[in-house]
Amino acid sequence: MEKPLTQHVRRDGEMLDLRAYEAVGGYQGMRRVLRMDPREVQQLVKDSTLRGRGGAGFPTGMKWSFVPMGPDAPHPKYLICNADEMEPGTFKDRLLLEATPHQLIEGMSIAAWAIQAEVAYIFLRGEYVESARRLQKALAEACEARYLGRNIFGSGYSLEMHLHTSAGRYMCGEETGLLNALEGKRANPRTKPPFPQVSGLFGKPSIVQNVETLCTLPHIVNNGAEWFKKLSRTADGGTKLYGASGKVKRPGLWELPMGTTVRELLEEYAGGMREGLRFRGLLPGGASTDFLTEEHLDVPMDFTAVQKAGSRMGTGTMIVLDDKTCPVGMVWNLEKFFAQESCGWCTPCWSGLNWTERTLRALEEGRGREGDLEKLAYQTWFNAPGNTFCALAPGSAEPLQSALKYFREDFERHIHDKRCPWK
Amino acid sequence: MATVYIDDKPYTADPAQNMLFTSLTLGFNLPYFCWHPAMGSVGACRQCAVKQFRDENDTRGKLVMACMTPAADGTRIAIHDPDATKFRAGVIEGLMTNHPHDCPVCDEGGECHLQDMTVMTGHDYRRYPYDKRTFRNQYLGPFVNQEMNRCIQCYRCVRFYREYAGGRDFNSFALRDLVFFGRHKDGVLENEFSGNLVEVCPTGVFTDATLKHHYTRKWDLQFAPSICTHCGLGCNTSPGERYGMLRRIVNRYNGEVNGYFLCDRGRYGYECVNSPQRIRQPLLRREGVAQPVSRAEALRAARELLAGKQNVIGIGSPRASLEANFALRTLVGPDHFFAGMADDEHRLLTKMIQVLRSTPARTPSLREIEQCDAVLVLGEDPTNFAPRLALALRQSVRQQPFAATDKMRIPRWLDHAVREAVQDDKGPLFIASTHATRLDDIAARTFRAAPTDIARLGFAVARALDTSAPATSMSGEAVALAAQIAQALKTAHRPLIIAGGGLNSESVIEAAANVARALDTVGKEARLSFTVPECNSMGLALMGAAPLSAAFAAVKDADAVIVLENDLGRHMPQPALREFFERAFHVIALDCLTNATTERAELVLPAGTFAESDGTLVSSEGRAQRFFQVFVPSGDIQESWRWLCDLGALRENSEMADWKELDDVIIALSNAIPALAGIVNAAPFSGLRLAGEKVPREPHRYSGRTAMHANINVSEPKPPDDPDSPLSFSMEGFPDQPPSALIPFFWTPGWNSIQSTNFYQKEIAGPLRGGDPGARLIESGASDGSGYFIRVPQAFAPREGEWLVVPAYHIFGSDEQSLHSAAIAEVAPKPYIAMNPEDAVLLALRPESLAEVKVDGSSYRVQVRVRPDMPKGIAALLVGVPPVVGVHLPAWGTLQPAQLPVEGGPERAA
Repeated sequence: MEKPLTQHVRRDGEMLDLRAYEAVGGYQGMRRVLRMDPREVQQLVKDSTLRGRGGAGFPTGMKWSFVPMGPDAPHPKYLICNADEMEPGTFKDRLLLEATPHQLIEGMSIAAWAIQAEVAYIFLRGEYVESARRLQKALAEACEARYLGRNIFGSGYSLEMHLHTSAGRYMCGEETGLLNALEGKRANPRTKPPFPQVSGLFGKPSIVQNVETLCTLPHIVNNGAEWFKKLSRTADGGTKLYGASGKVKRPGLWELPMGTTVRELLEEYAGGMREGLRFRGLLPGGASTDFLTEEHLDVPMDFTAVQKAGSRMGTGTMIVLDDKTCPVGMVWNLEKFFAQESCGWCTPCWSGLNWTERTLRALEEGRGREGDLEKLAYQTWFNAPGNTFCALAPGSAEPLQSALKYFREDFERHIHDKRCPWK
Repeated sequence: MATVYIDDKPYTADPAQNMLFTSLTLGFNLPYFCWHPAMGSVGACRQCAVKQFRDENDTRGKLVMACMTPAADGTRIAIHDPDATKFRAGVIEGLMTNHPHDCPVCDEGGECHLQDMTVMTGHDYRRYPYDKRTFRNQYLGPFVNQEMNRCIQCYRCVRFYREYAGGRDFNSFALRDLVFFGRHKDGVLENEFSGNLVEVCPTGVFTDATLKHHYTRKWDLQFAPSICTHCGLGCNTSPGERYGMLRRIVNRYNGEVNGYFLCDRGRYGYECVNSPQRIRQPLLRREGVAQPVSRAEALRAARELLAGKQNVIGIGSPRASLEANFALRTLVGPDHFFAGMADDEHRLLTKMIQVLRSTPARTPSLREIEQCDAVLVLGEDPTNFAPRLALALRQSVRQQPFAATDKMRIPRWLDHAVREAVQDDKGPLFIASTHATRLDDIAARTFRAAPTDIARLGFAVARALDTSAPATSMSGEAVALAAQIAQALKTAHRPLIIAGGGLNSESVIEAAANVARALDTVGKEARLSFTVPECNSMGLALMGAAPLSAAFAAVKDADAVIVLENDLGRHMPQPALREFFERAFHVIALDCLTNATTERAELVLPAGTFAESDGTLVSSEGRAQRFFQVFVPSGDIQESWRWLCDLGALRENSEMADWKELDDVIIALSNAIPALAGIVNAAPFSGLRLAGEKVPREPHRYSGRTAMHANINVSEPKPPDDPDSPLSFSMEGFPDQPPSALIPFFWTPGWNSIQSTNFYQKEIAGPLRGGDPGARLIESGASDGSGYFIRVPQAFAPREGEWLVVPAYHIFGSDEQSLHSAAIAEVAPKPYIAMNPEDAVLLALRPESLAEVKVDGSSYRVQVRVRPDMPKGIAALLVGVPPVVGVHLPAWGTLQPAQLPVEGGPERAA
């Protein structure tokens, strides 16, 4: 089984430095694209069916195609790596950032070339101190080797790359909130349209991509679109970093073919539930996805199939719920996070998440009342996609609405017993 | 135009607009908070949600925000969709989770947009059972009161303060439902337009701090359409009165003039009307002591002074109405009527009018100024001299970058998308001034120099545009700057030159005229705007009368002098004033506030302020605008023109004998002075009746009518008559929208707040129905054939031991009347002189120390401000703040450390 992204991750936990990375073929993809027409690179990525790994699964090649190209295009253009991995339960980018920073730099250089960007930023989660240290080192190495900077590989192409460590808010991981934060403003989301491809960082054409997405690019360039598609078991090409957390036997992170089923992940890779615990459900891709339950175990984890099952693959890092953990408590924990991280811009989000969080807290503390579940259900309608300014609140509604559906009796018991049955 | 469908009915819409704008223009009740007609859409509050359908076959539709939805052809929305209705009520419910529901004790109650929208959406039952968040409020200065617990996080305040008005000391802090809008710490708001927060805030977070001292609900106030008297721009205001006291001023929308916003001087200067310094009854000075006397006694005394006297002269005033000035002119005869302006001011205004009439450049309204895309400011400090102009200029620098966002197809109303695309890009604004201005942060280039050098720069710009304009010799740097300015003006679509009365320099006016003329020569339609010092400077100049020096010459032969609403001490230096009163034994002064002139006059007659009079003022644009009496003053106070008619009767003036009401004066005036004939169009005559009724000054909910005077008389008094206008001092009258010049207050069923302005406009943020009020009196014809001004002044040469003292102004302090408002006085600076650090070292003057400034025959002890923005060899003296009044600048003067420290601040030396 091919594991292009993680094949060179060192067992000792150290990063692959420039020499080691080059020894295993590093920066060959970048050399190759610099001899290609940028539009050709865009087409290659389009053909590969690569979809963004940040959670929304937007086709990468199509995203790039909206960037104005040619002599009349505004400059500078920006390529931004979204390394603000703040989705609860998600720790996949961290591995790539810490283990193979050069793979990211190469991927970013390829993307930058494809859209003809002059400046690139890595927007890194502030708490990823070790990643920052290693990225800094890798950037220094790349600059010294003249893989970054002016006239890279004598191609005439120049690219500056900067590391920016976030001051730390969930909203900074939202594409446009990130742009505002990078400009030194409040991390409020921006209106779309205009999309960042047209008016992004500092009002210039910009592309924001997730770490994992960018890291796949050197491999697509080196091995071709067909190879990439064949890595997958489904129509969404490539491999995927899947993870599992919760009370499973072996929580962890694995690079597997796209479309590996939930059951395989849970039972084979995570080793099933810990002794004495029973599986109740899981959030397939971070906190802002709907619960899947027993009946969904054979769903292949890709963007299309999980959506069909009523959830989203999201980041592909699942949080597993067992029968000794209160589902209401779990959802409260998540909603507390979302309410805390609301930027305060749009009313349904800042007012609704607070209300939701307060209601769940009351349920957990035995102060639930008749009608609370209807109010919670109402909030998931109130914060539906389109009703809010950005995807934060609709995302927060996903675990809640599915919990209300699958664990309704548990919610009702909280109200009826006037206490949390798990406490 | 586009066809859009609202609730399945087709309507014509402007495709360049959004669906909220369209719905409101069409008169639909669609609630909103974060959207503001002058600030566009940002999609934050989600209150204007509607259901949008793809086409007529789409039955599901989806919720969208009307403010974020373009009114593209075929757009189909439903306002009265069940989901949309439920969602809008839900938004109010969400906003209300933290709102304190303290309407009965909230200053905003009764004119609260949040109240109106809550009622409109039907949210009436609180389902949220948890406690509310609370904030600690900040002290924000004497103008604006903060009560953050009422906040609904619509972001309008911060958008206005930072993005629209350019303020820096106000922001949004923290996140979730805890966003705090205020300063980083307690303190006076620095922006000169902070008072607009009161109207921009849809609820009671930001309220009028001066109103708090004498609070009255909107529905209990008596209003009248009025004009601001605190500078020459003529912003439209809506002052409110109760129990004989003026309570507050709010903006009165005029699409061409002030739009939605006022400056803080205009909003808070009103308290001069309530000042303890008011003259409320006639005063007769006997043996040097002024005694209050009855009206009859006063008129008896006046008869002694005036009856049968041939040689009575009258001194008019640039802050009095045209009607009052004309009444004085009629009383004393045109030959004995003087303009009440110093010679230099008079010369300047005469020059401005001559230029405006003969130069092929339009004098633009403030709205037109906002739309100009390249601006040259010659010698002016707009923020401090004509404040609302500064806010307009902040919008003008946005014009040129719109070209780029238009190309990106970002609609202009999509405010944050536009700002994110534009970033810090600004259109060209060039400011040439004697010292730093509050607009320098948006200027492409600034040029700081002496007045003559500023004029020379203007001449050089004209020359760079057209080689037949007179040449100047300047430094390479200045030449390059002139070329850059010329290029920017030439390539703009709507270039504008601003100059005016601030610097008192005829050369600067001529230079500005040359630039406008040169632009015309190269085929560019230019706009030329002159600022003027007072609210009727332009009107008085159009009336045409000799300046003060002529009055002085005439005074010694005069039997009596009548001074109309004019503190002569503010127009002439102290020695001249002393001499004037030595020569003129019999002085009758009409004024509203005690001043140096009323304190010396033999007879003082109590004149009504703007709030107690009607009349016409001509703004710097040349727009004649009528202001109407807000309330009937108590006691003997009456309009100046009526006092003058009383005096006319004493002199058996036959013309004035026919003047029974204001219209008689207006008609006589427009017949006598052709330049002012247009003022008859400023507002309807008093005879106008709408469905047989007058326009009520009081809202229909005005309370206590039968009780408020019950302690005096249990019978309800008959409301006073108003022979002068079609307005009544009553809550009864025509219930609908009056003609635009007669709108006392904005109110529409269901819309109690100032947001009801929407329904008085032809389209949102456009002209009022029936056209914006005012009559323009000055239109530039084609060039009269006269050529360029050729008198290029000599370059500035510093002198040894002397400094060129130039005037500096301050928005709070330099205006005579508003300084009588406690709030304004609190933030007004003490008199100061500013100079370059090197000059200060040369003079051994330390910052904050006292300097003695000798200039124009007077000597002042003022505080030293050392400012690197001052050019060497010149010093800026703050004028208008007593005792530094009546001084004629620029003039050469001497500076030295004051010998003795003076306790209690600076004072005039002998």
